Amino acid sequence: MKTLIFLLQKEFKQIFRNKILLALIFIIPVVQLLIFPLAADYEMKNISIVVVDHDHSPYSRKLISKIVASGYFNLYASAGSFEEAFRFIENDKADLVLEIPKNFERELVVEKSQQLFIAANAINGIKAGLGGAYINRIIVDFNTDVRLEWIQPERFNAVPVIQVTSSNRFNPGMNYRFFMVPGILVFLVTLVASYMCALNTVREKEIGTIEQINVTPIKKYQFILGKLIPFWVIGVFVFTVGLFIVARLVYGIIPLGSITLLFAYLAVYLVAMLGLGLLVSTYCQTQQQVMFVMFFFMMIFVLMSGLFTPIESMPAWAYVIARCNPVTYFMEVIRMVVLKGSRLADIRLHFIVMFGFALLFNLWAVIHYKKTT
Amino acid sequence: MQKDIVIQVNNLTKCFGDFTAVDTISFEVYRGEVFGFLGANGAGKTTAMRMLCGLSTPTSGEAAIAGYDVYRQTENIKKSIGYMSQKFSLYEDLTVAENIKLFGGIYGLTNQEIKEKSAQLTGRLYMNDQRHKMVGSLPLGWKQKLAFSIAIIHQPKIVFLDEPTGGVDPVTRRQFWNLIYDAAAQGITVFITTHYMDEAEYCNRISMMVDGKIKALDSPSNLKRQFSSGSMYEVFLRLARGAQRTSD
Repeated sequence: MKTLIFLLQKEFKQIFRNKILLALIFIIPVVQLLIFPLAADYEMKNISIVVVDHDHSPYSRKLISKIVASGYFNLYASAGSFEEAFRFIENDKADLVLEIPKNFERELVVEKSQQLFIAANAINGIKAGLGGAYINRIIVDFNTDVRLEWIQPERFNAVPVIQVTSSNRFNPGMNYRFFMVPGILVFLVTLVASYMCALNTVREKEIGTIEQINVTPIKKYQFILGKLIPFWVIGVFVFTVGLFIVARLVYGIIPLGSITLLFAYLAVYLVAMLGLGLLVSTYCQTQQQVMFVMFFFMMIFVLMSGLFTPIESMPAWAYVIARCNPVTYFMEVIRMVVLKGSRLADIRLHFIVMFGFALLFNLWAVIHYKKTT
Repeated sequence: MQKDIVIQVNNLTKCFGDFTAVDTISFEVYRGEVFGFLGANGAGKTTAMRMLCGLSTPTSGEAAIAGYDVYRQTENIKKSIGYMSQKFSLYEDLTVAENIKLFGGIYGLTNQEIKEKSAQLTGRLYMNDQRHKMVGSLPLGWKQKLAFSIAIIHQPKIVFLDEPTGGVDPVTRRQFWNLIYDAAAQGITVFITTHYMDEAEYCNRISMMVDGKIKALDSPSNLKRQFSSGSMYEVFLRLARGAQRTSD
């Protein structure tokens, strides 16, 4: 126990003397939490559209202005023919082409039906899909307007219409940031804790001080705890700053659920991720190796965690990978607790799984760390 | 006079793949002795020393350090020895006092003992003014003297020194050897590797390692007589010339 205190004193002194590291600990969470949620947004805006209007009627103009007024589209250009318009897509200047046929207005009024043509640049599938969906929605709206204008509402609707109304629970404004900020907070804590811990440990290998430690009667678990505890404290600190300062003051996110529960989960999660960092450091000899190995893990962990894309919609094999990923569990827990106000009973399984990860990584690290080679 | 044996080595061998770094070496070191462990670069000195310190497991053979077995009792060995590696290995981003405190603490000294030792140690090294300086800012010779003093802070039975005076100026080397003699006078056995032949003369006994084997082991004066050489330098050249391995 006393040995551990001496080791902890040493680690904290070294961390506080490393000015660059210290600055990063403070700056990374704040800056990244300010940048990512504002930039990494799924809502598609600024979709460039090229319109080919063969009709030039009041109605066609009305439709175009309705599209532009929606806020999702930029009218990039008007083209005389579809071929001309398509060139804009080929040159990557435009995302969508809308072709309004000749006699659009007349046929719409007289024949009561009309066809429009949309071509989307599907290189960015999400953009094409969402752009197409938005424009369909606008046209349906436009259609209703036209009907109201020209067709006398019948007393009884000949065709029964089912109206769907929905209410968005837990995030009523569908605010994308409420969803992203907690997720990015998890990502940051993961990054800061596991990277720093692994790098710090391997640095001792590089400069040779670990040999001096290995030749002393220090117990392996003491050494591991001496590395784990300081970075655990830093992880909790980063999370606290992110949650109470950035998320609350900047984005107005106040967790619905218990903050104690959130921190309890964080505590276990950090032990698991630090354990992973230590495990990696027992296999690596240089900081360069650590950087690459951790980068490999972090890429998979973050992309497969549900941070950006829901894991439920992944293929079955990918879903299995996501389920073996510790980050997934914290990602779910933080969103459940912050947005839904979930209680301990709701996340009991998440706790059990995370205890498992913590035990696995740390035991493995202690066993694999050899004082004698 | 019955001599206490503190290091007993029997046919100790270490192989890395098909390369035999240390080849069936056997020797004994007595209590309070200054034992020089000589050999060219790549002769296997460091590998042998790492086995004796419990940092590396031997491939075969036996060795007992302070009565503890190098296979099964490495942690007991570590309590009884001090070690100063070829690489400087104090923490450069800690101060002199903090390094003393850390290693004193690791070896289980009480806070009171650490305080006393710290004052005594810095006083002896004339480093009272440097106590709160970062170790990284000290000149190499001072660092080495400090590292040695910290390696024996817990009064070990044996201290292992791996080329402790490499790159150190002659005056500081002289001071360093005074520290070594003081330690030996306190009953600490000193096991040292060096490339300086003048230093070899200061040892009670020396062993010469060539290609992983011990080719000669005796007191410096006996060795000179045996090889009918005027100096240890000549003895070294005669033995080392027979080496097959190129230096590393």
